[in-house]
Amino acid sequence: MGRHIVLHGRKVVGGVAEGPALVTRQSISGWGGVNPRTGTIIESRHELKGQSFQDKVLVFPTAKGSSGWSSIFHTTRLAGTAPKAMVFNRVNTKVALGAVVTGVPAVTDLDQDPLEVIETGDWVRVDGDRGIVEVFKADPDEAAPRA
Amino acid sequence: MQLTDEERAMLDGRYGEAVQQAMDLLVRYGEALGAERMVEVRNVAGANIFTPAQRALAKAQDHAAAFSELSLNSAKPLTIPTVRVPSCQLIGPMDREQWAVQGLSEADQQAILESESFSASLGIHLLNTCTPYQVGNVPVKGEHCAWMESSAVVYINSVLGARSNVEGRESTAAAMLTGRVPYWGYHLPENRFATHLIQVEVPVESMMDWGLLGYWVGEMVDDQVPVLDGITQVPNLVRLKHFGAAAASSGGVELYHIPGITAEARTVEEALGGRAPKAVLRYGPAERRAAYEHLNATARDRKVDLVMIGCPHANLEQVWEVCQLLEGRHVHPETELWIFTPRALRQVCDRNGYTDILTRAGARLLSDTCPAIGQFLPPGARVVALDSAKQAHYLPAIMGVQGWFGSTKDCVEAAISGTWQGGLE
Repeated sequence: MGRHIVLHGRKVVGGVAEGPALVTRQSISGWGGVNPRTGTIIESRHELKGQSFQDKVLVFPTAKGSSGWSSIFHTTRLAGTAPKAMVFNRVNTKVALGAVVTGVPAVTDLDQDPLEVIETGDWVRVDGDRGIVEVFKADPDEAAPRA
Repeated sequence: MQLTDEERAMLDGRYGEAVQQAMDLLVRYGEALGAERMVEVRNVAGANIFTPAQRALAKAQDHAAAFSELSLNSAKPLTIPTVRVPSCQLIGPMDREQWAVQGLSEADQQAILESESFSASLGIHLLNTCTPYQVGNVPVKGEHCAWMESSAVVYINSVLGARSNVEGRESTAAAMLTGRVPYWGYHLPENRFATHLIQVEVPVESMMDWGLLGYWVGEMVDDQVPVLDGITQVPNLVRLKHFGAAAASSGGVELYHIPGITAEARTVEEALGGRAPKAVLRYGPAERRAAYEHLNATARDRKVDLVMIGCPHANLEQVWEVCQLLEGRHVHPETELWIFTPRALRQVCDRNGYTDILTRAGARLLSDTCPAIGQFLPPGARVVALDSAKQAHYLPAIMGVQGWFGSTKDCVEAAISGTWQGGLE
C-alpha cells in the first residue's frame, strides 16, 4: 500500500463508501454530458469523454450546464451506474441536489485541493458523515513527494 | 436549518406524506448547500412529464408512483396533492400533435399524454416550453422563483432581475408542493454582484454574435457572474435568450449584467458592487473566432441532413424570419428543416399563415419538445446545422451527430441547398 493522505471537509451526503478514483479538472455536465444508462461522460470536448464513473469515486471541480444534472444522476442510481461517492471543490445547486438524489456519500470544502491530492486510480474512502476523505496513493514509486 | 412553524408542520407530516417527503428533500438539499433557511416562492417551473422508459426505470406502476420516485426521490409511491403555488411545466418529451415524426409508437404517445394529464390534474400549467417568459410567465424584479432550465433561469435572473437558482427536477417538484426552496445562492442580494469583467472589443449585434459571445463567456467564467462592458447596441429578447443559453451551456452562468440594459446594474461599478473583479477578460476577434471553432468542433461533412431552428424555442420574430428566408424556395429533398416554437405561439403562427408558408416550403413547425430533450432526429441523420450555440453544444454529444453552427440565414440556406456553406463573417 502506498502513501495515505487524509482530507477533512464538510458533509454533503452521509454514508461511507470506497473505490478507485476517477479525477477530472473539468466541471461535469449532467444532462447532455453523461449517458446515465452507462455512467459514461459524453460531452464532446471533455477530457473524460468515453470513460464511465460507475463504481468509481468521482473527483471533480463542480457541476455545470443544464438543470437536468440531478435527474441524470438520479437516473444513474436507478440504472445502477452511479459513482460510489463524490468529492468536489465547489458547491452549487446542481451538484448539491444531484448528490442528494444519487444518494451516495459526498464531501466538499476540503482542507486540501482534492484535484491536487487525488489522482485517477488512487483508492479513496469517503466518510460523508464525518466529512473525511482518505486517499491511498496507487503507486508510491511514481507519486511525487509533496511539501 | 432554521424552519418556520409552517415548514416544520410540513416536515412533520401535517400536510400528508408527499409534502413531508418534499420538505425532507428540501431540508437535505439545503443542508448540502449550506443554506440556513428556506425562502417562499410563488413561481415554480419544473419538468414532470415522463416517458414509458423512465417509468420502467423507476419501476413505477402508475403516474403517481413515477412522480414519487422521479420527481420527489421517494421509492415508496405517494398520493400527490395539487400544487401549493403557481407552477408550470417546461419543455417535455413529445409534440402532442406531431409525435409520429419523433418515431414514437401509439402506446408511447398514449403513456406520455397520460403523464401530461397527471401533471395537469395537479394544477401544473402545461406551457411545455423551455421559454415560459415568452408565453406569459414573466417574473418581476426581485421575485423569488424556483425554475429549472438553465437558459430560462439565466434570462429571468439577468434580464428581468428575478431571483432563482438553477433548480433541478426534484427541487422544483418539492417547491411546487411546499412553496419553498433553500435560501441560498442567487436568492441572496450579496451573491448577485459581478465577479468577472468582460471587455467586449468587437461589435456584437446579430443573434449569432450574441451566441458566440455567450459561448466564450461561459467557457471563461464557468458558473460565476460576468459583467459585459462595451456593448454599444441594445439587444432584444432573442439575442439575450441566445446569449444566456450559450453561456449556461459552455459554463454554468446563471446571472450576468449588461450595464444600462439588464435589470440590476446601471454601471460596471454597480454591477461589481464596488469591488474589484476577480479577473478582467478581453473579447476580441481572436476570442470570437475561438468560440466559433469550438462550436464547430464536431462538424466535418458538408451534406446536411437536418437543420434545426428554435433552441431555446423560437418566438414569432424568428419564425417569420425563416418564412421570409424561404420565400419562393423549397427545402432540399434530402434535408429536413425543423423549427421549434412554444405551443402558445404556434397558434399565432397558424393564424398568421406562417405554418402554411413553412409547410409549403417543405419545412416543419414543431412544439412542446426538441431533438435533444425528446432524443429524436430524422431517420439516418448524421449531420445537423444549428443556429443555436446551446444546441450545437449538446446535440452532437447526446445524439452522436456532427453539428454545424452558424447564422439563421446560413442554416436556412443549408436547408435549401442541402449543403453547409456557412462561415464566420
